[in-house]
Amino acid sequence: MAFLNSETKTLDRAAAISTPKKQTILNTFKRDYQLWIMILPAIAVVFVFNYIPMYGIQLAFREYDFSAGLTGGEWVGLKYFEQFVQSHMFVELMRNTILISLATILIGFPAPIILALLINQIKWKRAKKTLQTTVYLPHFISMVVMVGLLNVLLSPNTGIVGHLMGALGFSDVNLLASTKTFIPVYVLSDIWQHVGWNSIIYLAALSSVDPQLYDSAKMDGANRWQIIRNVELPAIIPTIIILLILNMGSIISTGFEKIFLMQNTLNLPISEVIETYVYKIGIISNQFSYAAAIGLFNTLINFTLLLLMNYIAKRVSNISLW
Amino acid sequence: MRVLSRKGKSASEMLFDAFIIIIALLVFLVVAYPLYFIVIASVSDSTLVSTGQVLFFPKGFSLFGYQEIFQDSRIWTGYKNTIIYSVLGTALNLALTLPAAYVLSRTEFRARRFLMFFFVFTMFFNGGLIPTYLLIKDLNMIDTMWVFIIPFSVNVFNLIITRTFFETSIPKEMYEAAAIDGCSHFGFFMKVVLPLSKAVISVIGLYYLVWHWNDFFTGLIYIRDNNLQPLQLVLRDILISNQVFSEGAGSGGAAGGYAQRYADQIKYGVIIVSTLPILIIYPFIQKYFEKGVMIGSVKG
Repeated sequence: MAFLNSETKTLDRAAAISTPKKQTILNTFKRDYQLWIMILPAIAVVFVFNYIPMYGIQLAFREYDFSAGLTGGEWVGLKYFEQFVQSHMFVELMRNTILISLATILIGFPAPIILALLINQIKWKRAKKTLQTTVYLPHFISMVVMVGLLNVLLSPNTGIVGHLMGALGFSDVNLLASTKTFIPVYVLSDIWQHVGWNSIIYLAALSSVDPQLYDSAKMDGANRWQIIRNVELPAIIPTIIILLILNMGSIISTGFEKIFLMQNTLNLPISEVIETYVYKIGIISNQFSYAAAIGLFNTLINFTLLLLMNYIAKRVSNISLW
Repeated sequence: MRVLSRKGKSASEMLFDAFIIIIALLVFLVVAYPLYFIVIASVSDSTLVSTGQVLFFPKGFSLFGYQEIFQDSRIWTGYKNTIIYSVLGTALNLALTLPAAYVLSRTEFRARRFLMFFFVFTMFFNGGLIPTYLLIKDLNMIDTMWVFIIPFSVNVFNLIITRTFFETSIPKEMYEAAAIDGCSHFGFFMKVVLPLSKAVISVIGLYYLVWHWNDFFTGLIYIRDNNLQPLQLVLRDILISNQVFSEGAGSGGAAGGYAQRYADQIKYGVIIVSTLPILIIYPFIQKYFEKGVMIGSVKG
């Protein structure tokens, strides 16, 4: 690497000598103008569709005015935030959102780690490959099909899981339309769909464990369980921490699509979350400023949690996102 | 079984192996069985399925569900739309992501660090649904096909994967050698970088393609016109809102029980028909998954 760096420096110097005087922005731009042309379209798309909406966040502090455009309305300050915090939906929305995300993280986060450790223990190559191919597959099913699948399989009268529940003596439980079963069904089906895919990153980390570590552990008489605990688990801790930070950063944002699709009038008391509410208030009822304020409220809490988790992880383990 | 019979192992080792095998088998069945069940249920007699008699093999072979699906114009309009959106969308995604990733992989490019931050920041912070919706509305993209293709056509995660791939697999000396021969960045990118990057192009191409194919959100928010509906919106009507028959039957009522059975068989078929394209490309791309994730996780 050192060799490569010194070589590029020499080339730069050669360029500087051949062009008299200023090695400046203008000169590097001249050298790199083709690179700028290649990246400009991507910059433009991200600027327009990601950064302009960020500028549009001020809508949450303004009265939306159709004729004045995105940012032309009258400034009303925190009016809509106060309205949201004082509204009768506030407590329910916060409770549901936090409950669903916490359940997803607590149960959903360890699952792929365990699966990766399990897959890594299978020594028979063909069996390992078959298992991997199978568990990755549900990740590619669309959310609509996934919820449709739940609807037909879990239907109390005609679904196969419904029959199973009936045989076990729970025939009066409707898994699809009850406030008690909504979160378990949501979390478990989420694990079913994504556990395989999410395990890939841990498998990749496991495959980079130094083989010498295994050898010396065996030499010391460690059994398989001890190897998992003392060699493999420490090797994937950095990956675990990074993913945990990222997950915590979205602790109050739930997957919109799945919850929206799973909602029905019977489970709504537990399934209405901030994101589905923003959709209903904003897109359906056209209360743009109010919905923007609720959305911003959500984004800010997420962003703060992300920074906080990153800070804690940096202090405790020296691992951080940046 | 082969694992168990290996010689020279202690009893506890064998017990451990047996435990691993049982758990692995259990995981396999829990994931594979529902998928298998959908397939057999879609070709079985709907009464037998709905009374729980179809468990391991198709019973009372019937293609009623598929016949209905082939006659349903909504599905085929959705199919056609989604194919158009997915192909054009993925083409634009690749046309934007690949050159940008190449630029970000050039260490001599001065603005590299700043631009990286410019892209990565959008992963952690965004304007939210309402400002984005109003922007798209101001751009007159609502109820047009462009809303599926142009907005968010650069995925930052894919951009990072591609950049890391270029950084690690295209040697630096290569460009310098080509530059001495008078090759420009354009020429080098087209003639050297792209042909050497088939693996990463297939991986992110697949990610983009699947994303377009499964995209439900864009259609839900921005499309009102039935003729522009992507497949996922049609699927929502059929699978979730239970509007199985185009005439509107199948949603319960007096003949509900009877209609519902047929409706369910159609649903099983619809799940298969709509997921088939992904299932077809899945085996070809599968071998790249681990590679793709590994490349991406080197440096976030």
